[in-house]
Amino acid sequence: MQPSLNPYQKARVRITEKRSEWKQFFHGAGNLVAFMGRFIKEVVKPPYEWREIFYQCYLVGYKSTFLIGLTAFIMGVVLTIQTRPSMAAFGAISLIPGMISVSVVREIGPVITAIICCGKIGSRMGAELGSMKVTEQIDAMEVSAINPYRYLVVTRTLATILMIPLLSVFADVIALFGGYVAMNIHDSMTIRHFFVVALAHLEFIDVFPAIIKTFFFGFVVGIIGCYKGYHARRGTESVGLAANSAVVASTIAVFIIDMLAAQITDLL
Amino acid sequence: MKDTEKYTHEEPEEPEQREEQAEGKPASQQYDPSGDQDEEQEAPEAVVDEDGEPLVVEKSPEETLAALQERQEEADEQARALRETASSEPETTNESGEPPVITIKGLRKAFKDHEVLRGVDLRVNKGENLVVLGKSGSGKSVLIKCLVGLEWPDEGEVNIFGKDLLTLTYPELNEVRVRTGFLFQNAALYDSMTVRENLAFPLRQHKKDMTDEKKHSLILEMLENVGLEDSIDQMPSKLSGGQSKRIGLARTLILRPELMLYDEPTTGLDTGTAKEISELMIKMKKKYNISSITITHDMPCAKLTADRIIMMREGVVVAEGTYEELEKSDDEWIKSFFY
Repeated sequence: MQPSLNPYQKARVRITEKRSEWKQFFHGAGNLVAFMGRFIKEVVKPPYEWREIFYQCYLVGYKSTFLIGLTAFIMGVVLTIQTRPSMAAFGAISLIPGMISVSVVREIGPVITAIICCGKIGSRMGAELGSMKVTEQIDAMEVSAINPYRYLVVTRTLATILMIPLLSVFADVIALFGGYVAMNIHDSMTIRHFFVVALAHLEFIDVFPAIIKTFFFGFVVGIIGCYKGYHARRGTESVGLAANSAVVASTIAVFIIDMLAAQITDLL
Repeated sequence: MKDTEKYTHEEPEEPEQREEQAEGKPASQQYDPSGDQDEEQEAPEAVVDEDGEPLVVEKSPEETLAALQERQEEADEQARALRETASSEPETTNESGEPPVITIKGLRKAFKDHEVLRGVDLRVNKGENLVVLGKSGSGKSVLIKCLVGLEWPDEGEVNIFGKDLLTLTYPELNEVRVRTGFLFQNAALYDSMTVRENLAFPLRQHKKDMTDEKKHSLILEMLENVGLEDSIDQMPSKLSGGQSKRIGLARTLILRPELMLYDEPTTGLDTGTAKEISELMIKMKKKYNISSITITHDMPCAKLTADRIIMMREGVVVAEGTYEELEKSDDEWIKSFFY
């Protein structure tokens, strides 16, 4: 039976618990930074596991195209339909393609792609590596003198770094196509005219920073997914926990990077 | 990490959890992150027998600590007696004059305040299978994990193939690992790969000059050794427990290790399959002249495979001898394993 505590003792217990939680948080953050640092150190050292990198690129890239494409198409359609009444009120319907292209390329395409990847790829990596940890497969690699970090983490993170920018460009194109389809619900516009107007509004400052930030999105999705799985505790429950926390942490990281990217772009 | 840097094992990510596990705290005593511990909880009704005596007696932390200390004192007494009966000079060579494959002296390992290994001494001679017996939590698994760098000892000497493990750089440690095979309790097959890929994986990493034909013939040879050549294209999820162990053994042996570490190789298997695995271990030992350490609770496995047995209790070695010698022991604790 637990001893009854007076309010002062209860407060002390609460403070101790909170302090322990914060300590754990900073401990985890420090470990994540060290984990990222190790990636940078390992990624510059050949030889590379090309086979595994290509396989992971296939899983991350090709296997995500349908989901990314569908979401991007819907986003393009919805954005156009919801923007049209306001634009029509100002008699600026002809500006819709340009407005759609700027918002999709600068923000919606990369962020939606990254968030979908957090859910689809980050969770898969967290669960996969977590289950490998729990079933001692990572230890088995270690004792076979195979560097599990290089084989599992470097390959997966490289795949997300390479594939998420490509998926993001793909999402931009499909979202613009969705915008064209939505434009033709009320108005009539050829696909050529739509894309000419849309692309005419894009400038280097819209495209370049957006592409650069997708590499960082790819990095955090991959590294956080792997980190959570790689450091899963023993026990099956931890696999689910690793997948879940990989999604949450990488989504937050994506938003933070996006915010920083917006600030930096604003300065340019 | 630079190649020349001394290898240091990563600290556990969740020390609190390790500590709780090491202390053997039940889940109910562990920290509840919901923070609802302050709330009034109804005390569970005590389970009593017909006479009203409690069947389950909950021990306070002080009582648990006192019981642990008592067990440790008994174990230390047994270990002292063993050291007195053993020769004062440690053997540096075996009967054939070859140096031991492994020599461990004063090995200590603690997780926070809990000492799991409290000064382990042992040696394994060439071609010998040393069985390590002991109850759960006596430090057996931690001991063999210390031999391959999965855990890092706090103190002591680990000499393996004539090299001091604790002073090795990471590449040097990997050289030792290639010469050492480790069969995990659950075989630890890579479940995203087929049996063929599981066996080919270590070859792909360490035998880069080997032709594909040679690799294939080696894989077939290993599968023939364990009697599972038909399973070559199966996924690990389709294999039974015994088959997984066999494939795990084949994967470990494919690099022709000089030393095998078996972590409870027969746990979770039926008697027949356990005997088959034990016989397979003997067969492989004879065929490839492998020295080995086997961690087990399974006495038939120990009887079949052991050249020598050491018994661990509370992190120290308390008895040593052949199966027959230990079977005749008068010590109640040792006898409890045999009957």
